[in-house]
Amino acid sequence: MTTPPERTTSYDADALGWFGGPERGFGGRFMPEALVAALDELTAAWQDAMADPAFLADFDAILRDYAGMPSPLYFAERLSDKVGARILLKREDLNHTGAHKIRNVLGQALLTRRMGKTRVIAETGAGQHGVASATAAAYFGLDCTVYMGSVDTKRQALNVARMNLLGAKVVAVDSGSATLKDAINEALRDWVASVDHTAYLFGTAAGPHPFPSMVREFCRGIGDEARAQCLEQYGALPDAITACVGGGSNAIGLFTAFLGDEDVAIYGFEPGGEGFETGRHAATIHAGDRGVLHGARTYVLQDEDGQTQESHSISAGLDYPGVGPQHAYLADVGRATYEPVTDAEAMDAMALLARTEGIIPAIESAHALAGALRLAPERQGQTILVNLSGRGDKDMETAISWFGLGDADAETGEVQ
Amino acid sequence: MSVSTTFATARAEGRAALVGYLPCGFPDAAGGDAALLAMVEAGCDVIEIGLPYSDPVMDGPTVQAAAQQALDNGFRTRDVLRTVEAVAATGTPALVMTYWNPVERYGVERFAADLANAGGAGLITPDITPDADPAWEQAADAHALDKVYLVAPSSTDERIAMTVAHCRGFVYATAVMGVTGARATTSDLAGPLVARTKRATDLPVAVGLGISNGDQAAEVAAKDGIGADGVIVGSAFVRALLDHPGDLRAGLRALTALTEDLAAGVRRA
Ligand SMILES: Cc1ncc(COP(=O)(O)O)c(C=O)c1O
Repeated sequence: MTTPPERTTSYDADALGWFGGPERGFGGRFMPEALVAALDELTAAWQDAMADPAFLADFDAILRDYAGMPSPLYFAERLSDKVGARILLKREDLNHTGAHKIRNVLGQALLTRRMGKTRVIAETGAGQHGVASATAAAYFGLDCTVYMGSVDTKRQALNVARMNLLGAKVVAVDSGSATLKDAINEALRDWVASVDHTAYLFGTAAGPHPFPSMVREFCRGIGDEARAQCLEQYGALPDAITACVGGGSNAIGLFTAFLGDEDVAIYGFEPGGEGFETGRHAATIHAGDRGVLHGARTYVLQDEDGQTQESHSISAGLDYPGVGPQHAYLADVGRATYEPVTDAEAMDAMALLARTEGIIPAIESAHALAGALRLAPERQGQTILVNLSGRGDKDMETAISWFGLGDADAETGEVQ
Repeated sequence: MSVSTTFATARAEGRAALVGYLPCGFPDAAGGDAALLAMVEAGCDVIEIGLPYSDPVMDGPTVQAAAQQALDNGFRTRDVLRTVEAVAATGTPALVMTYWNPVERYGVERFAADLANAGGAGLITPDITPDADPAWEQAADAHALDKVYLVAPSSTDERIAMTVAHCRGFVYATAVMGVTGARATTSDLAGPLVARTKRATDLPVAVGLGISNGDQAAEVAAKDGIGADGVIVGSAFVRALLDHPGDLRAGLRALTALTEDLAAGVRRA
């Protein structure tokens, strides 16, 4: 490994991408031979870049000057008073394009330019990673094609328009369940045919090696910053940290800096959808089984025959039947705890944050907040650091129908 | 007959072997078996039975649609074993082509044992490489099953050497950088890949992806051309059935005609 020693943790993958070894471990690389050369090339280029101070300095400068990093660590005082624990919010919602995702794409796009490739492709569910990819492509002058399930292009029309305006081509995918997992399949099919000049900007810390580790390293600024900010502003580490887990990029980006701090409890909150009992959820670690999906062994929502099952979440960004392999590993060895949060709990947390702090979070991030609210009664007076991974502008359609916003009251005329 | 004997016989006859693919349970359970038997009857030397999977990243739209139809009809993993048995009973070797997760879910050792019991010849595994996971290797060796891994135009010589060292039966050379689907012209990547692979092994090398008619089959098999020992055809067979929705007899006639054209092609070389 060329990664500087202070950046490694005892929970890292081995050289082949296994978290916990190949026998009972997670991760690895289950991919067509046609893509192995490209994945090897990417691994080498990434490790070479991470050992190059000029690359790291470039990355830091772009994050700072273009994307607004470091994001603030904010003490949510009115909310804290209400729940009896000190709630700190890592404000990734203030980043350029509105979420933590910009860190990952700027890192991968900078690497793409270094590798001399001229085109990028990406998959997207909610459209956040697609918008971030289109943004990074515009910034670096790269061609960009984004694959998006046709179910999602309909429910996230605003983000499709943003990608178009940014100059990206958006391809609606009709196969399978026509959602995120099928968009990933289609992007992989594109990549098999275009790999000589195209980089695949994978949107989360999942997929074949080196993506889970590489995406983590590009996102780990979340936790590195938050840890330093917390020490500086409050003189102590938090007692607990929380993040939402879709594929797992914002969560692993937060967790990594704290993995060695044994006194910090680590929580990932998965989309519990309409409730575990209904079967309509995307709580992969909680309810899935060991399996292989999109190039990695991890927990997968699957039927008795290993066919992938459809996931459900009110938050399109968490609606994925797999999860990054490092999270599967952290759950298995007990370093992090993963619990489901339902749609209703997340929407309540969204409204609460809006009304107590004047911050409208992404519904994804509202899962992390709802989890913190669940922890608060047992952690009175303690500090809970929440990753507010994104802002809620993109979710207003969902909020309108969930809360019935904008309807005038028949009696008073008040618009609720 | 085993896959290697079949290839040896074809070689002795101075021709390439014809390998025909259809996903199991397509267009439906009974029709799918009838289709495979028609392909055997009309001249396929080896049959490759696809195991339908929800996330087939190496397949183009034609095979995806067929696999989805089989899944929508209620395909279960165990059904592939019955189909293997039906094909193997004709004496024509039957390989299963499968993405990895259904095998892992069934249990790798259990799948190998049941496949061997059903008379299956082995597995073609498009989304695992020999270095991805040792479990299949162990189970295949224990049950004397063929292990057919893929090599691609992007494979380095080192990876080709590593891959062929783990293959048994034949080596699957993907002629294009891309997914399954019939293509009008033969890829110019196939020739160099076959040559590189043959330098690394004495195993038969079969070429797949994109071949759809007898002329292309002849071109791929030509000894003074690409020189493949086997010609693998999939999407074109699926297409023949898809073109006759709801009319199995017409579909079977189209399959038979296509098989005869391809079988003549591999003999023309
Ligand atoms: C704001 C926000 N948070 C979280 C996620 C979930 O992704 P991940 O689990 O990779 O952080 C998304 C995905 O779109 C998102 O937009």
